[in-house]
Amino acid sequence: MSEQTSTDIVERCQTLYEDLNFSAARQWKDAEAGRKVIGYMPVYIPREIIHAAGMLPLGVLGGGDQLEVIHGDAYYQSYICRIPRSTIELGVSGRLDFVDGMLFPSICDVIRNLSGMWKMMFPGVYAKYFDVPQTYEDEIGGKFYKQEMAELLRDLEELAGRKVSEASLRKSIQVYNVNRQMVRKLYALRAQKPWQVPAAEAYLVLRAGLVLPVEEHTTLIEDYLAAVEAENRPIRDNCRVIVTGMFCEQPPLNLIKSLELSGCYVVDDDLLLITRWLIGDVPLDGDPLHNLSQAFLHQSECTAAKYQPNLEEKGQYLVRAVQRTGAEGVIFASPSFCDPALLDRPMLQNILKAAGIPYIAFKYAENSGQMQPIREQAGTFADSIKLWSAA
Amino acid sequence: MKITTTRTQPKEVLKDASMMKQKEMMATHYDRLANAEANGDKVASTFVPGNLNELIMCFDLVNNLPEVNAIQSGLRRQSGAYVMEAEKAGHSEDVCTYVKSDIGMMAKGNIGPNGKKLPDPDVLLLSYTGCFTFMKWFELLREQYKCETIFLQTPYMADGKITPNMIEYMVKQLKEDVIPKLEKVSGVKFDIDRLREYLKKSAKAEDDLVYILQSGKRKPSPIDAYFGGIYYIGPIFGAFRGTDDAIDYYGFLREEVDQRIAGGLGPVTPDGPMGEERYRLVVEGPPNYTNFRQFWKMFYEEGAVVVASSYTKVGGTYDFGFRHDPDRPLETLAEYCLGVYTNRSLPMRVEMLTNYVNEYEADGLLINSIKSCNSFSAGQLLIMREVEKRTGKPAAFIETDLVDPRYFSAANVKNRLESYFQMVEQKRSGAKKGVAA
Repeated sequence: MSEQTSTDIVERCQTLYEDLNFSAARQWKDAEAGRKVIGYMPVYIPREIIHAAGMLPLGVLGGGDQLEVIHGDAYYQSYICRIPRSTIELGVSGRLDFVDGMLFPSICDVIRNLSGMWKMMFPGVYAKYFDVPQTYEDEIGGKFYKQEMAELLRDLEELAGRKVSEASLRKSIQVYNVNRQMVRKLYALRAQKPWQVPAAEAYLVLRAGLVLPVEEHTTLIEDYLAAVEAENRPIRDNCRVIVTGMFCEQPPLNLIKSLELSGCYVVDDDLLLITRWLIGDVPLDGDPLHNLSQAFLHQSECTAAKYQPNLEEKGQYLVRAVQRTGAEGVIFASPSFCDPALLDRPMLQNILKAAGIPYIAFKYAENSGQMQPIREQAGTFADSIKLWSAA
Repeated sequence: MKITTTRTQPKEVLKDASMMKQKEMMATHYDRLANAEANGDKVASTFVPGNLNELIMCFDLVNNLPEVNAIQSGLRRQSGAYVMEAEKAGHSEDVCTYVKSDIGMMAKGNIGPNGKKLPDPDVLLLSYTGCFTFMKWFELLREQYKCETIFLQTPYMADGKITPNMIEYMVKQLKEDVIPKLEKVSGVKFDIDRLREYLKKSAKAEDDLVYILQSGKRKPSPIDAYFGGIYYIGPIFGAFRGTDDAIDYYGFLREEVDQRIAGGLGPVTPDGPMGEERYRLVVEGPPNYTNFRQFWKMFYEEGAVVVASSYTKVGGTYDFGFRHDPDRPLETLAEYCLGVYTNRSLPMRVEMLTNYVNEYEADGLLINSIKSCNSFSAGQLLIMREVEKRTGKPAAFIETDLVDPRYFSAANVKNRLESYFQMVEQKRSGAKKGVAA
């Protein structure tokens, strides 16, 4: 276990977060000849497959509030969200010139269409739209998804110039199982003692996992957990909230800090879902692709981009999260123009209303600068919960 | 002195005989919907892209298409109020206005274009084809109606081709999920031969539709493939594909088009036959419906005719050879869904539009970008530049919306169009000078 303090660790994570040249990933690639890096966008792709091919999965989440979008705006009308334009900016400005492939998961029509744009703009770079099933029968959606993963694997084998064995896949699944276990520990500690794990810190620690090798990230989380457990942090009179809607275009870090400053402990969220998309451990025996498929179909998170076939179950993941974490309210924070988040929101709000759970809603962009209105809204929400809650 | 004002009667809009026929078909259909409960008919709601009308008919279900209802609301200038009603109820101003028009219409009594109440659906056939919003739209309707919802996923043609995995996935869904559930809802046993019969009829109508659409290659074009095209695609994209009515309509329309070709005539517009054809355009993107006539007039009064459009492929692409095939009934339903315009990758769309500009000898490409439709709109600026590059022809870009009148600025649109037509003229005279030199 390292001797680093939580400050040391968070500082390092912040440096990684702010580095739009992805130096850590570049250094990893340069350290050994023949190494390859595969970028991916939200919400989920099976990183195990990339890892098994000996490649580094690199999370590309747009440019955030640190990147001035100059060229990217020429590709999109004003009524499209910011993440695709800043991702294009990363591409055309050369910041992704070391990336050997880009994966675009099926999350919405904007990211879907971006996959085609990427193929036209960067014809020499492997680009794949990664379709996932929205039907969950093993022999129907499961079979389709297994085939989709097999295609991805074949493509990466071609890129790597070698075959990937089932043993390698199992090893990679094991490594990611451990990483997900650590992420769940982080989230559990935060829910239990949010004053020990501020949301902004948890976010930075989690986000580091999108640019570092997974083994290193697992150690980083371990070190952070040990460091914060050893520290004595003051408890604040904050109310406990869940924040939802941030599964794709990321909020500025200041927005997460503003929520905390305004009197909220974020005890759960849907930020960076890829880090914990698969809920339990993926089995290691048997066919690895089959196991990943089963995990996706039956043991994965819920989000707006995922169809819920059962009306009674719709939105219940949010109610259960409130119950599990002792949350007192929900904040719907959706990126402007985000179809999945904004179309889903009224249904989720109805479910919370029926369950007697208070909520507020606002929109943001990855480069939102004005935090005062958000602080006021979240602060009023926190006050109203404290003043008028059943306790 | 008492001043009396005489209200000017609106000029009677001239309509093609085929338009009259279509009006009759739509009226009958909406009456059937309105009387569904009284007649013991069951109703299925589904989407235009991925509209499995032939399959729906196998179960004696009446096909209700919320997109078409939203279009009808837009054309009748009712959608604005519906959209605002939905926004008042908490739906974001950023999302699809078809959805909001539908939600708002439901909130205000769900009155259809014929002034009668539309029925509650017995089943929602969520054909998840070419548009993410469809998933949420029918989740919202499911929340309201609490009826059976059948999900059919059409994989995206990201790599420009249909793969065996895609067909297998769709056929399995149809066999093991969609058809059994439709049987349960309707109480009608599935008869694959009945489906084959409908598919045979669909193919016949599709032949005529393609003939009609491809007549746009002629000079002058006897059709307007965008504004006029909205009428042409109605039956094939709606509740009539697979019926004798559709065969009759397209046979009838084909004769009309042949007559216009023989007479060297341009398309019929609401103000009568179009005059001299001065500009030939390919248009990408849906039209605006709330100001449809006004929008169309901006074209024909300048002598601009749309010779080909992508929107007339949104409910099925037939002009590259696909026909519904009765010999492979379930596979053909899958192929139909996979081929709809919004399920095609961006490179495929660029290729299609480039092909149209070249094959139809168009002067250029116009993109009507819809504010609330990400499926069409995201990437259109790149499409525009790419088609310009490949064809050497100028492109123009305007922004409106489907059925929210707040996003149609007539002056803005007219200004852009006029500038575009001037640009086309300049390019032409520049080219002529080049030839003369």
